Amino acid sequence: MSLRKSDAIVRYTAPTRINHWIVAISFVLLALSGLALFHPALFWLTNLFGGGPWTRILHPFIGVFMVAAFIFLWATVHRDNSMQPRDWIWIRKIRDVVENREENLPEVGRYNAGQKLLFLVIVFCLIGLLLSGIVIWRSYFSVFFPIDLIRFSSLLHAFCAFVLICAIIVHIYAALWVKGSIRAMTRGWVSPGWAWKHHRGWFREVTKSVPQK
Amino acid sequence: MTNHWVDIKNADVVLVMGGNAAEAHPCGFKWVTEAKAHNKAKLIVVDPRFTRSASVADYYAPIRPGTDIAFLGGLINYLLTNDKIQREYVVNYTDLSFIVKEEFAFTDGLYSGYSADKHSYDKSSWDYEVGADGYAQVDPTLKHPRCVYTLLKQHYARYVPEMVERVCGTPKERMLQIWETIASTATPTRAMTIMYALGWTQHSTGSQMIRAGAMVQLLLGNIGVAGGGMNALRGHSNIQGLTDLGLLSNQLPGYISLPSEGEQEYAKYLAARTLKPLRPNQLSYWQNTPKFFVSLMKAWWGDAASAQNNWAYDYLPKLDKLYDMLQVYELMHQGKVNGYIAQGFNPLAAAPNKAKMTAALAKLKFLIIMDPLATETSEFWRNHGELNDVDSSKIQTEVFRLPTTCFAEEEGTLVSSARWLQWHWKGASGPGEARSDLQIMAGIFTRMRSMYAKEGGAFPDPILNLTWKYAQVESPSPEELAREYTGNALKDLADPKDPTKITRKAGEQLAGFAELRDDGSTQSGCWIFCGAWGPAGNLMARRDNTDPTGIGQTLNWAWSWPANRRVLYNRASCDAAGKPYDASRALISWNGRAWGGADVPDFKVDENPAGGMNPFIMNPEGVARLFARANMAEGPFPEHYEPFETPLGYNPLNPGQSQAINNPAARVFPDDRAAFGKAAQFPHVATTYRLTEHFHFWTTHARLNAIIQPQKFVEIGETLAREIGVTTGETVKVSSNRGYIKAVAMVTKRIRPLKVDGKVLHTVGVPLHWGFMGTAVPGFLTNTLTPSVGDANSQTPEFKAFLVKVEKA
Amino acid sequence: MALQSLDIIRRSATTLPEPEARHAYTGQVAKLIDTTKCIGCKACQVACMEWNDLRDTVGTCTGHFENPHDLSEASWTLMRYTEYENPKGDLEWLIRKDGCMHCEDPGCLKACPSPGAIVQYANGIVDFHEENCIGCGYCVTGCPFDIPRISKKDKKAYKCTLCSDRVAVGLEPACVKSCPTGAIVFGTKEDMRRHADERIEDLKSRGFDQAGLYDPAGVAGTHVMYVLHHADQPGLYSGLPEKPRISPMVRLWKGSAKPLALFAMVATAAVGFFHYMGIGPNETDESDEEAARRELEKRP
Repeated sequence: MSLRKSDAIVRYTAPTRINHWIVAISFVLLALSGLALFHPALFWLTNLFGGGPWTRILHPFIGVFMVAAFIFLWATVHRDNSMQPRDWIWIRKIRDVVENREENLPEVGRYNAGQKLLFLVIVFCLIGLLLSGIVIWRSYFSVFFPIDLIRFSSLLHAFCAFVLICAIIVHIYAALWVKGSIRAMTRGWVSPGWAWKHHRGWFREVTKSVPQK
Repeated sequence: MTNHWVDIKNADVVLVMGGNAAEAHPCGFKWVTEAKAHNKAKLIVVDPRFTRSASVADYYAPIRPGTDIAFLGGLINYLLTNDKIQREYVVNYTDLSFIVKEEFAFTDGLYSGYSADKHSYDKSSWDYEVGADGYAQVDPTLKHPRCVYTLLKQHYARYVPEMVERVCGTPKERMLQIWETIASTATPTRAMTIMYALGWTQHSTGSQMIRAGAMVQLLLGNIGVAGGGMNALRGHSNIQGLTDLGLLSNQLPGYISLPSEGEQEYAKYLAARTLKPLRPNQLSYWQNTPKFFVSLMKAWWGDAASAQNNWAYDYLPKLDKLYDMLQVYELMHQGKVNGYIAQGFNPLAAAPNKAKMTAALAKLKFLIIMDPLATETSEFWRNHGELNDVDSSKIQTEVFRLPTTCFAEEEGTLVSSARWLQWHWKGASGPGEARSDLQIMAGIFTRMRSMYAKEGGAFPDPILNLTWKYAQVESPSPEELAREYTGNALKDLADPKDPTKITRKAGEQLAGFAELRDDGSTQSGCWIFCGAWGPAGNLMARRDNTDPTGIGQTLNWAWSWPANRRVLYNRASCDAAGKPYDASRALISWNGRAWGGADVPDFKVDENPAGGMNPFIMNPEGVARLFARANMAEGPFPEHYEPFETPLGYNPLNPGQSQAINNPAARVFPDDRAAFGKAAQFPHVATTYRLTEHFHFWTTHARLNAIIQPQKFVEIGETLAREIGVTTGETVKVSSNRGYIKAVAMVTKRIRPLKVDGKVLHTVGVPLHWGFMGTAVPGFLTNTLTPSVGDANSQTPEFKAFLVKVEKA
Repeated sequence: MALQSLDIIRRSATTLPEPEARHAYTGQVAKLIDTTKCIGCKACQVACMEWNDLRDTVGTCTGHFENPHDLSEASWTLMRYTEYENPKGDLEWLIRKDGCMHCEDPGCLKACPSPGAIVQYANGIVDFHEENCIGCGYCVTGCPFDIPRISKKDKKAYKCTLCSDRVAVGLEPACVKSCPTGAIVFGTKEDMRRHADERIEDLKSRGFDQAGLYDPAGVAGTHVMYVLHHADQPGLYSGLPEKPRISPMVRLWKGSAKPLALFAMVATAAVGFFHYMGIGPNETDESDEEAARRELEKRP
């Protein structure tokens, strides 16, 4: 699998892959630093960032950076992530999804309903995290907001982060579960079989113009 | 203070008027809190502003600045007409029964003997009728048409509540409520204390305001008792010591006055101060003046003062006039003063009318500043922009700045308001080249002395012969000075009753002024301090706060003048038979053989009460005076006169009498009179005061004080603020006829417009702090605004009531 | 900074119990501020600055008596002044010394994410240990009284320590020591309550029918208490909260949300793990490739 087969299909171009991994690494840093401040049992994670104060200093800047990076990613993928009527059938047949019975599912385009939902969740969580994060960014902005808004924002920030982390766990698991996905994001290509199996609609679309060998 | 700080806790009613004890004396104010908390005392505050004191008061009444005599006169009238006086006390212990001379009169606001040209009185008619026996005549029934009681009633009959309301702007109901509370202390078992300060002193009628307060206290029987008294709260830690030691221009130490021009003969001088009793068997303690005076002269000139040269009487200056602060600055302004030493004093900031002060200082040849700080005075010649807009090139005065240590950098004694001499120890050494005031003064003296020795002069003797027996000639120690001013024996002193017995060896410290002699065998630099450093050592350094009776009489804590007595006139706390009026807070009593108790008796210790000797032993009549005789400049009874800058332009109590609008006996220099403003141009009434956060112009040099009150402000009421279109925090310009200042406006509910004789008057509060030097935000000097006119007796400037105009800057 | 003589009973961001053998058996401490005796002299502010080596900046006058204008890292206590016209039309100048209330249930400590940055001693004092402070400002979010301030310079949180260093060696707090009128007193909480009762009785005799003690139950009581003339309207005193409590949002955020969220995250991962173990990966095999190939070949 290490070599690209001649008939491989490009799923993610290099810029998109880099963009994704920038967001992904930022997310990991944010999750680790955020969790460190969220639960005392994880405070030791601040050591990864040079201690508590550095964690406090870095977290919001990484956050802003991630949001900025995500905007590019969003621009790249958001058109393929709008929900279609067939997506709802997919969701209703979630049991077949979980049990690897893809043959029972409706044809999937570039992204399946699960991925689209994840995308939506990420977008909303990031908006929530960004806005609440600004309110609770003590060094620069908190002074402009009333205390109850700060309290609400602290809660909202924690909630959004919680949802996002769970969503990303699902995302990561899905990548591990559906073999071939990781390669798609690391190397950029998938095998025609992979595309045919998981994203048949997309497979058919991208191969329309491919000339016969 | 007739009483002392701790004693305030014994009060049933506390009247804070003419002062703001919580603001200016927060530590002493704790005893008011004690009286309230543990004695159920009621606190009354009467003040133009709702002050920090008012914030914890039971009753607050506003009053127009400068009208306190009207308020107190009304109170006297209320007490007399409602018979709320402690009758036994006043009949026995005051001059109510004394008969006044027939020539004495009071018409249209003026007393008999007034000379309009001289602005002064011939006071010969202001005295008692004296009988052929040499004693003042009395009528114990108080029925005599010319007895003090009748005259007092007549005088204050005009001060009805409606009139007081018209003059003071104080709402009548609140006034009556307060008078009623005050009147409740007319019973022998209730006491009121009056706490006042510069809010009374700094008026052209200041001394009479204080007198009016004292008269109220006498009528209520509140003088000489625990929890009572007239309590002057002194504004500097040692200003009591200043007056005690005679640093006023017409005083010698111990309240002996300097001779005047007309007293060139020693015998005449002494006779006028050696007062014979005016009633039978009265002590008249000033009969001892020769002992005090001779001991003083011995302390100063030692062997050069002898019986042959009248104890060096000729060495003393004979005054042609008072040389008070206003007089000196007037002379300076006229170019008649060459040099000036400002020792621990900042006249540019502290004296009225800064413009005049600047002009006066500019006419000096030299100015010496002795101060721990770089004062505004020391920089009067430097342009500080709008804050001190002078043309330095036109000022030729040479200024020397001599840095001194401050109080914490030296040891010595301070006299508190309570007359306590408390020794204190050095906390740290002075910085840099700072020297103590003692060292600097000694240096100036020794140089002057050698110049006189070398070059002679018109009359070098007083300088050359001055006693100067200090171990270090250039640096007398506080201990040496203390031993000198308290006093010691120059020869072995024999017991007058048994000449073979030596009571005090030569060189020994004396136990008290009773040991002083007029034959040159004792010396004491200040007779009232005699005994403070006694045979047992430095009593001022005592720190034993044992209080056996629980009423705060800690006789072993420091030392109180006179004779370690804590409550003056304490004999008056007992009835005629010597039994305490209120046994629960007895100060002294007669036990059949002697007087004694919780305090040192202010009386002849072995005097049987049956003999009729009265408690006010310093007065020749033995009783307290409601009728001041010739002792006040403007009359025997306090009368309301308007401040010199009156917002009314007339005196509602004496309408139509133009000579009685302002104090008729005040000394006003022509240039100062010309600088007065009129209400038409300056419609707002200003009053100046201190804030807790600062001490004059010193603490604006201290960072901590600057932090907690950083910038100059003026307080104005909400109505005035609306009228002139200013909101709190904006800058206002406050102008008087003498100049202007700018400051932040503090718009407050605590100052309300007062309705005075139908007019609405606005009060403007101007804190005196801040100047163009120091750590705080630089500001204008408040005394840019104030008028240069003083009280007719003390010449204390009228800082508490003058006219300004406030406008948006 | 932890003082040996002061036993810590509670520590921020700590999940296990603190040493519990030692207790304040002779009573927890309390500072009682009697607003009815207070003359607003600011001696307490100066004493606080002196003892704690603090110097705020020399500011300006804004037309109010408060200076500095607010609490800060260098001003741990501040007199606040309110001019209040009572229903009788009389003016009252209500002066309150503001500062940390040392809640029995401290919102700051609850909110703090950094272990040991905020502690509560056995005597009841709530103290900030700045060396552990990360500067997040959550203590500000948690405090019902708006007390902690984050320094602009070092981004650490500061507030009144109730002079824990002085109290540890048997001295009263500096502000108490300096108060000239005895408006601030210090002792065991029980004694202070008794003292307050006497004061309230006196105030009632002077016509303040609603005089009372401010020791709010919403934060389980405080170790700094006020005697108020108008205990029914604490808001008159420069906005002293009427019923202070830790905000329910903070309680949720720093309470049940913490373990539940963590559990849910772990659970999510676990579900994935067991799904993998149970159902296994979704792989693309040769038949899929074949199918794809077939489809491509079918194309015209």
